[in-house]
Order: sequence, then C-alpha cells, then structure tokens
Amino acid sequence: MKSLGSFRRKFAPWNDPEAKPFIAIENVTKRFGDFTAVDDLSLNIYNREFFALLGASGCGKSTLLRMLAGFETPTSGRILIDGQDMSGIPPYKRPVNMMFQSYALFPHMTVEANIAFGLKQDGMPKNEIEARVAEMLKLVKLEQFAKRKPHQLSGGQRQRVALARCVAKRPKVLLLDEPLGALDKKLREETQFELMDLQMKLGLTFVVVTHDQEEAMTMSDRIAVMDKGKVKQVATPAEVYEAPNSKFVADFIGNVNMFEGTAAAVENGKIDIDVAADKMTIRTDATRNCSVGQTVGFAIRPEKIRLSRKEPANPAVNAAYGELYDIAYFGDMTVFHVRLENGRIIKAASLNAVRTVEDPLGYEDMVWVNFDTDAGILLTA
Amino acid sequence: MQKLIASVTSRLVISIPYLWLLVFFLIPFIIVFKISLSEVAMAIPPYTPVVDITAGIKSVFNSISQFSWDNYVWLVEDPLYYKAYISSLVIAIVSTFLTLIIGYPIAYGMARAPATIRPTLLMLVILPFWTSFLIRVYAWIGILKPEGLLNQFLMWANVIDTPLNILNTNTAIFIGIVYSYLPFLVLPIYSALEKMDYSLVEAAEDLGCTPLMAFWKITFPLSMPGVIAGCFLVFIPATGEFVIPDLLGGSSTLMIGKTLWSEFFSNRDWPVSSAVAVILLLLLVVPIVLFQRSEAKAQESEK
Repeated sequence: MKSLGSFRRKFAPWNDPEAKPFIAIENVTKRFGDFTAVDDLSLNIYNREFFALLGASGCGKSTLLRMLAGFETPTSGRILIDGQDMSGIPPYKRPVNMMFQSYALFPHMTVEANIAFGLKQDGMPKNEIEARVAEMLKLVKLEQFAKRKPHQLSGGQRQRVALARCVAKRPKVLLLDEPLGALDKKLREETQFELMDLQMKLGLTFVVVTHDQEEAMTMSDRIAVMDKGKVKQVATPAEVYEAPNSKFVADFIGNVNMFEGTAAAVENGKIDIDVAADKMTIRTDATRNCSVGQTVGFAIRPEKIRLSRKEPANPAVNAAYGELYDIAYFGDMTVFHVRLENGRIIKAASLNAVRTVEDPLGYEDMVWVNFDTDAGILLTA
Repeated sequence: MQKLIASVTSRLVISIPYLWLLVFFLIPFIIVFKISLSEVAMAIPPYTPVVDITAGIKSVFNSISQFSWDNYVWLVEDPLYYKAYISSLVIAIVSTFLTLIIGYPIAYGMARAPATIRPTLLMLVILPFWTSFLIRVYAWIGILKPEGLLNQFLMWANVIDTPLNILNTNTAIFIGIVYSYLPFLVLPIYSALEKMDYSLVEAAEDLGCTPLMAFWKITFPLSMPGVIAGCFLVFIPATGEFVIPDLLGGSSTLMIGKTLWSEFFSNRDWPVSSAVAVILLLLLVVPIVLFQRSEAKAQESEK
C-alpha cells in the first residue's frame, strides 16, 4: 500500500487547467444589515481535497462554511457543488454534512442513535443502518461506547462521535467548523492525523474552518487565508509560508520580520531596498516587478536569519548590528531578539541541533544579523 | 473546633428548608387530617373531640380514641363527591392540554425571538400578575356575558346574530383556567427552550430533517422537562380551583373546590370538608410522587 505522502505529493488538481472544481464559489457576497461578512468571494475546491479556510475571528470563514451547508443564503453570487447550483436548496437536501464546533450531539440520544440519525432520515432499511453504524463506530474506535449518552463521554470521544455522525451519510463534502478547537493540545495533534487519515480512506472532500494556522498547515492540501470577507491568498501550506503574496499573509502566517523601504536599484534579477528607518540596505531576488523609487515591503522569517559575533563578509548589505535583547528558549529552538541602534527588534531563530554549545550567545551580547539574497521575500502588496 | 462549627452551620443551613416544610406543610396537614377524623358539633370550633395538649396525656389519648373514619365512609357513599372529583380531574386535564397547545407556541416564539426583545416579552407574560387574580377573573365576566364585549364584537362583525351563551358554562371555566395559568406553563417551557443549543436543530436539518421533523425529534423532546413542570403547575391548582368555577361556571358545574367551599362555609361541616381536602391532596400527590420516582429511576439507570 502506498503511503499517504506519496499520494499527497502528486495531488494538485488546482494546477491542472482541465480539472473541474467540485465546489465552485462564484462571486459570493453575504451581508448582515450593514456588515459585509463575505465580500465578492470566488473560490474553487477540488474533489478529494483537504481545504482549509484560515483567518482571524470575524473574517467571514464561518459564514462561508454556513453558506455551503445551506444555513445562510448568499446575498449575491452562487455556489455550485458537483456542478449543481445550490441556490434555494435547503440544508436537508444538500450533499454535504457539517461537523459543528460545539459538536451538536443530540443529548437525549445514545451514541448509536446519534450516528444512525441521518440514516433514519434517509429511510435506509434497518439492517443496513445497523451495519453502517457498526462500521462507523469501528472507524472512530468507539465500539464499546455505543450505548452511552453524549454527556458520559470525554471531549475527544464526543468529537469522534460528531465525526462519525456526519460521515455516516457518506456525503460528497464534509464541512468542519473548528473541528479540533475544543480539544487540548496533545489530543489535537493526534486527531489532526486521524482526520487526514479518515479523509484519505473515505475519499471525501473536506472543507475545514480554523483560526489555528498550525492546524491548517499540517492537515490541508491548500489554505485560503481570509481577511474581512475576502480571500487574500489560496495556496499550499508551503507556498503560503514561503511565498506569501502580501504583507497581510506574511504577517498572519507564522513569525516574520517585516521591513519597508524604497526600491533603490533593480539589476541582474536582484533588487536593492533602502530601508532608511533601520539604516539598512536589503538585496533580494526580484521576484515581483517593481520600479526604482517605489515603496516596497520585505519579509523574512526568523529561522532564515543568521546570528554571529563576527562581522559578515559584506556588512553593507543584508546585515545589521545590535544588542541581544531577549532570548526565548523553546527547547527545540531558540528565538533571539536583536535590538538595533534605533530600537527596532529583529527576530532570529536557531535550531538547537546539539545539546551544548561552546560560548553560547547571552543577554546584552553585541551580534551581527545577516541573511542571503534568497532568504526573504519581496512584497509589493 | 472549626470543623465542628462548619458542620453545625452546614446542618443548620440544610435544616432551614426542612423546618419550612415542617411548619408550613406537614403541621397544617396534620391539623386538617385530625379535623377530618372528628365529628360535627354545635360548638366553637365546630367539631369534636378537641385535642387539648395542656390537659394532660390522658385527655389527649381519650380524644384520639374518639376519632373515626366516618367522614371518609360518607365521601364514598355519596356519589356527589366522587362525581365532583372526577369532573374536577377531567376539567383540569382538558384545560391543561388546552393551555399547553396555546402556551407552547408562545414559549417557542419567545425563546426564538431576538435576544434584545426577549426581556420585554418575558415582562409581558409576567405583567398580568400585577393585577389581582380576582379582578382579572371578574373582568372575564364582563367579556363573556351575553351582552358582554365578545358578543357585542361578534354581532357587530356579523359573525353571529344571537348572543353566544358562554358565561356559566364549562367553556367559560376552560377560558378562565387557560387564561389564568398560561404564564405558569409558558415560563418553564421558555426556560427549557431558551437554554437549548440551536445548533442541535441545525445539525438535525443538516442530517436530513425538514424543519418540522427537526422540531419533533430534537426541540420537543429536549423541552420535555419544561413541558412536564409547566403541566403540573397548571394541572394541580386547576384541580382544586374554586374562584374560576364559582365566578365563571354555572350552577351545574361540579368541581371539588366548590364542593369543599360549600361544605365548609354553607354547611359548616369542617370534618367532611377536611376529609375532602385530604382525599384531594392524596389524589394529586400520589401520582406525582410515583411519576418522579420513575423519572429518577430512569436517570439512575443512565449513569
């Protein structure tokens, strides 16, 4: 059997111009009174994709999910699922099932009855229901809890019942609203992989809403970063992290050092940015078109910055000198805060690959920070 | 020492409700029960024997030996009483059912109303309590009588051409009970519905229920504790109701509250009216206790 990874690496229908999207969201706007929750949003989600809607609370991601489920109607625009226009189709007739953030398990029914609920609504014969429920209980490893009521289960078990209940109907699309939000950290990490595994096994399309970027990065094939009802970037986790398309995305995902300056020279595929505030010149790959004199941004992740006591070879470019102001030790890595002369803090991270270091850096040490021309990313938006 | 004080205080706190029940429920009941075992007498108080604790233990025992079950035998022998009991129960059951049919949608509408107007709606339900119950029932006479507001309106609207005879019928009693006890039913159902997580209904719809099915399978079962509490709060006082049948009902209406009243005030037969009250109490308490036991058992078996 092939591993999950080998499938994942090759799975990229969004790069295939022939591929038909499974869910097509076309110019959807949703207003609540004066408030625009979702603003002229278009998005394609492909069959068997694990798709994450990522954003801060109030960015419209939950509203979008609720529109897919049919609990909200778009003010304008339309949503197609498997080629079928969903306008005017009530939730109970849609080929999607949703897992609620609160799990919404029926408190007056046993685990078994909860899972069977949707099947009964479809008028499935009794023996088939029993077989399907048994299969689902096995899938989520809750066989011995079939007769329990939801209040007799732990948080993790409830989450699995909720999952089994919405998977039982074999929907085309599973919508998950903050599926791991109520679990503690350790359980959350385990469950992430369980979810991915389940999605692969059942061959479903998952749309997950989350505010947790780590969760989105770990689980999903693609992430849509949302802000104020709009999609800022749709890309694979690696692309979103390494090649953000805007200052917002760069800042939102992970840790970043952000610079702003004027393009001083563009030549040989490189651009020199004059960061007057920090008296720095940054030379980076000109990955985006820009002209001399234009205000541009530059983002660089802490782990791509080097720290040393020695002066770098070319201190005039991509380098700064400052005092070690703060050290945050995480065990696996350490984040150093270097304060420049003007008070600006630059964050640099290093992996603690060996247990003891000779002459470690300490508070108030004077250090150089420097980085390569391909370490950061030029931003024009 | 501190432990001792703590245990004494905690016992004291627990004992308050028990003391309350003892003083205001058990002792009055014992007094009523004692009177029901006595005989009528032309005296003050109008029954015999009178137990006088100050006269010594011997006299108390002497009094107790004179107690008899004659009044209860009388209740069984005269069909008037059991007919009144049955008619009271029927009227109470029908009016509880009517109150539920009207009250549930009101409670549902309140619970689903925007959170900002819910306090106002709650206020409107409670508002009638600010006027005397008696006055509100009297007001219904003005509405229901042949030349009353309702008939005037219906005749003006050309719905009827002769006045409807509602006052002094069982219909008027139903109207009175439903109107008077509606808040007692609405409030517990409202509180059950209001704390229900609405995403449960959405989940049911997501799993294939039409809104109506989702109501029957999720909302209604989950509001059941409120429904039961509300029905008890209507049914129990309605069974022994006196004011409403007396003011709105006709002379033919037989209700145990009225019977009790006439035994007590017209016949001055305290012992028989006490026996009527004791039987009424048993009639109401026994089924409720049995019901609560079975509920508790069901909950126990779940754990």
